[in-house]
Order: sequence, then C-alpha cells, then structure tokens
Amino acid sequence: MSAEGDEAIQRLIALMARLPGLGPRSARRAVLQLVKKKGALLLPLAEAMREVAETARECVNCGNIATRDLCEICADPKRRTGQICVVEDVADLWAMERAQVFRGRYHVLGGTLSALDAVGPEELRIPRLVERVREEEASEIILALAATIDGQTTAHYIADQLPGTSVTSLAQGVPVGGELDYLDDGTITAALKARRAL
Amino acid sequence: MTPGDQADPGPDDRSGARLRLEALLLSHFRSHRRVRLSFDGRPVALYGPNGAGKTNLIEAVSLLSPGRGMRRASAEDLSRRPEGLGWKIAAGTAGPDGTHEIETWAEPGQSRSVTLDGKAAPQVALGRVLRVLWLVPSMDRLWIEGAEGRRRFIDRAAMSFDPAHAEVALAYDKAMRERNRLLKDMVRDAAWYAALEGRMAQAGAALEAGRAAAIARLMAAQGAAETAFPAADLALEHPERLIEDEEALRAALAEGRPRDMAAGRALVGPHRSDLRAVWRAKGVAASDASTGEQKALLISLILANARALAQDLGAAPILLLDEVAAHLDAGRRAALYDEIAALGSQAFLTGTGAELFDTLGARAQYLEVTEAEGASVVEERPAP
Repeated sequence: MSAEGDEAIQRLIALMARLPGLGPRSARRAVLQLVKKKGALLLPLAEAMREVAETARECVNCGNIATRDLCEICADPKRRTGQICVVEDVADLWAMERAQVFRGRYHVLGGTLSALDAVGPEELRIPRLVERVREEEASEIILALAATIDGQTTAHYIADQLPGTSVTSLAQGVPVGGELDYLDDGTITAALKARRAL
Repeated sequence: MTPGDQADPGPDDRSGARLRLEALLLSHFRSHRRVRLSFDGRPVALYGPNGAGKTNLIEAVSLLSPGRGMRRASAEDLSRRPEGLGWKIAAGTAGPDGTHEIETWAEPGQSRSVTLDGKAAPQVALGRVLRVLWLVPSMDRLWIEGAEGRRRFIDRAAMSFDPAHAEVALAYDKAMRERNRLLKDMVRDAAWYAALEGRMAQAGAALEAGRAAAIARLMAAQGAAETAFPAADLALEHPERLIEDEEALRAALAEGRPRDMAAGRALVGPHRSDLRAVWRAKGVAASDASTGEQKALLISLILANARALAQDLGAAPILLLDEVAAHLDAGRRAALYDEIAALGSQAFLTGTGAELFDTLGARAQYLEVTEAEGASVVEERPAP
C-alpha cells in the first residue's frame, strides 16, 4: 500500500471516529471491514453517502430531514392534518415514529429556548409553527419536549403563542413495564401529580 | 441471656445502627499521597500542627456528600501538587440501611465522578446514603457577612432533611440565569419572560417552602433539647418582599420586569432571601453577639440539625467540626463532647493539640496528622 493510501485510510478512520458511538478503535475496525468488503459495503456506502449529501435538506414545512422540499410525512396525504406533534430534534421525531402510534404531522424545533446559549424563538422555527397552526387549521398541538427547565420553558412559550388552540404535552411518570422501586423521587412525584381515575 | 440484657442494648448494638464511615482511602488528595484508615464508629479526633493535612482529611469526608465539599473547591484544586495527577477518595459506610461503597475521583481537567456500590451514580445519590453536616472556620463570620453564606447555610440544612431541595435550587437558579440574560440583552419578548417566570415561581416557591420547613425543624430541635449552647429564633426575611406563594411570586416577577431590566437582574425571589437569627435568651440579633457567642450559636444550630436528622433517619449524621474545640472554653468543650456522645454521631473534630480532646477520653478514636517529605502522615494514637 502506498503512503498516500495510508493517509487516505487514516483520514477515513479519523472522520469515522467523530461519529457518535464510535471511538478510534471501533472506527479502525469499521474501516478495515469496509475495505475488506469493498464491493458489498464500501462502494454502496460511498454511493449512498454521496446521494444523501447531494439531496439531504430540511423539510420546508416541518424541519424534518428530507431529500425533497417536503419530507415524506408532510407529503403523505394519509397523515392527519389536525394534530401537530412538536419535537426538539429529528431524533425525537424518529423515536415517535418508531412507536407507530401517532398519525398526525410533526414540527421539529431544532432545539429549545436558551437565553444563555443565545437560542431565541426565531432560531427555533416557532414563528413557522404559529403559521402552520393557522394554515393547517390544527386543532391540537402535542408538545413532546424534554422534562428540563429549557424544555418546559419552551413548552410554556409555545402555549402562550397559540391562544385558542388546544396545547397538550406528553405525560410524565412511570414508564410502561417499569417498577416503582427503580424510579427516582422526581419521577414518582410527577407520576403522583398526574394520577388518573381508573 | 437474662431479660435485663435484652432491655438494655450494649454500646455495640447501638453502634450497629450508627451512620458511620468504616474505611477511608485517599489517593493524591490535597496533601495526602496515599492514606488508608479504618474507623469503629466512635467520634474521630484529629490533631497535629497547622498545615499537616487535618482539614484536608475531613474535606475528603465532606466530598462523600453531593456538591463541592466544605471548602467549595473545584475538582482541579483537590489534586495533590505538584503532580496534578487527579485524585480519588474511596469509602466504606454503614448505617441503618446497610453498608455501601462510595468512590469519587477526578482525572486532570475533568469534573468529579461518583460510583455507589460499584455503579456510576449522580452526586445527588450520595445524599441518600450519607448525611454529612459541617462547621468550618470560614463560617465564623456567617452572621456578619453577606446574605449569600446564610442562604447557603439554610439551604444545606434543608437539603439534609430533603435531598430533593438541591434539585429545586438548581432549577430555580437555571431559570433565573436565563431570565437575567434576557434582561441584560434587553429582550422584550413578554412570552419568553412569562415562560421563565413560571419556572422560577414554581421552583422558587418550593425553595422557600423547603427553607421554612428546615427552620421549623431546627427551632423545634433546639427547643426540645437540653443543651449548653444558646438557642436561636430563626426567620427568613427579604430586602424587598418575602414571597412564598407560587402565584404571588409569578405575579411579582411579571410586575417587576421594567425595574429588573434597569437593574439587569431579578430583585424579588428566594435568591435574595436572608436568614435572620436572634439569640433567644438575650433577644439580641446574632450579628450583634460576641464572636464566641456567634460560634456557640452556630454549634447549637448544627447540633439541632443533627438531632432532627437523627429523629428522621434513626441515626445521627456525620459531623465535621473543623477547629471548633479551640474556640470554646473548657466547660463548653466538655458539653460539646457530651452532646456528640449522646447523639451517637461519628463526629470528626480537628485541633492542633491532643489536650483539646482530654475530656473526650475513650469515647473517641485519635489520629495524629503530621507532615513528612511533603506528604501528610496519619497515625492512630491512644486516647490522651
């Protein structure tokens, strides 16, 4: 192998090691595997990456990742239009989709309000959310945000921007299949406050 | 065994339920290169010359509770110099809920990590295993310096009763810092303020409620005890207006926005509350009492806190009393030792000479701390 080849492989390893979940050691193993399976893995991966690099963008409507202007969810006529689920990040949207229970549409904020990090409503697609509620005549906004100070501040801010619209948030409490013994005090307190009649 | 034996459990049985450190290992912690100690549950008297490393040792014990310890040091500062290799504290504890292994350490340039019984744990988890209260010389001026120290004092007491108080305090602080940034940046988005004020009001009301509950507990514990130390009447006060109700605090923050914007910070809220203490017997404000009396008042509050905790937990907390003995006359010193013994607390006391502990006698373990070749040396000694 030439010195140049070494350098290119080293560069690939260094790039792979910057991915979440990978360190230098696992990046080396992954690259080695890719090089060994050039036809089955490396070339298709390179091709797929190039394609995504050329086409990936944010959905103009909801902020989801898409390869066209509108993401698959926004373009899907079978999705209900009356409900919009607001999430912080695309990873949260994917988590909601994995559960296959929500059939409405999403709105990805791209973060939470944080004055200290200079993240204001304009940086968060909140104005776009307000427009969407009007355009799509949404009857319910479901806030699926983190149970942190920033997440809750953002939730209250959004509720304030949407007077006359029903704004709900995901429940906080005992996870499905969870045992009380393993829960922290804060979660038990939240669960008790959110108790319901059987 | 006679029925009389069962009715009167011996000292060994009582120590079985004591909250205590059984083993302590310090590695590259401040002046200590490597120290391994074992304890039997009795109070521990540490003596030796200034600068030998006595306070460093009890500071290590304070780091077995959540936070930055009794000196509020950064993880970096705790590392032994000049090596700066990072540090580690390992401890074995025992108490009413069984034994635990705690390890806490920091690598150079990193924040401190904690494991509890071999598993990574958040610092707040330590508060549920071990309760540690302390009195250090820097608190001697507590009643005459700024309100921040007194707030920290009452918040620590509230945390000792309810570890969740720490989370409430953090939530309030975070929401307030966010709002202060909006004020400084002259942001005029009313909804953003309202959202943050809602968080501040919720956490703030819980914060003041936790402090009020702690004050009630301390006052009750002082009143119920026969003690040689003066009792104090405690109350929360505020330079503007003390607000303990969530809705009222939310409204006051909203109303105060223009004034807060001019000031660049919130002017109402629990971050400005103060703890006021009046010496009950004399009706004198703590700040007007003599230096010795102020110290006695602090000891009284720490002992009251310990008694109230002992009632809650069925075991007295660990007490760290740094250079306390030196400031008391012989009568008060003997009274302090008697109260510690009656409480059944594993108190760690420091002093420059063994003679300071003469009335403690065989009720304590003794460790002499000296310095040799740039490192602290800790050796167990017989009772003086």
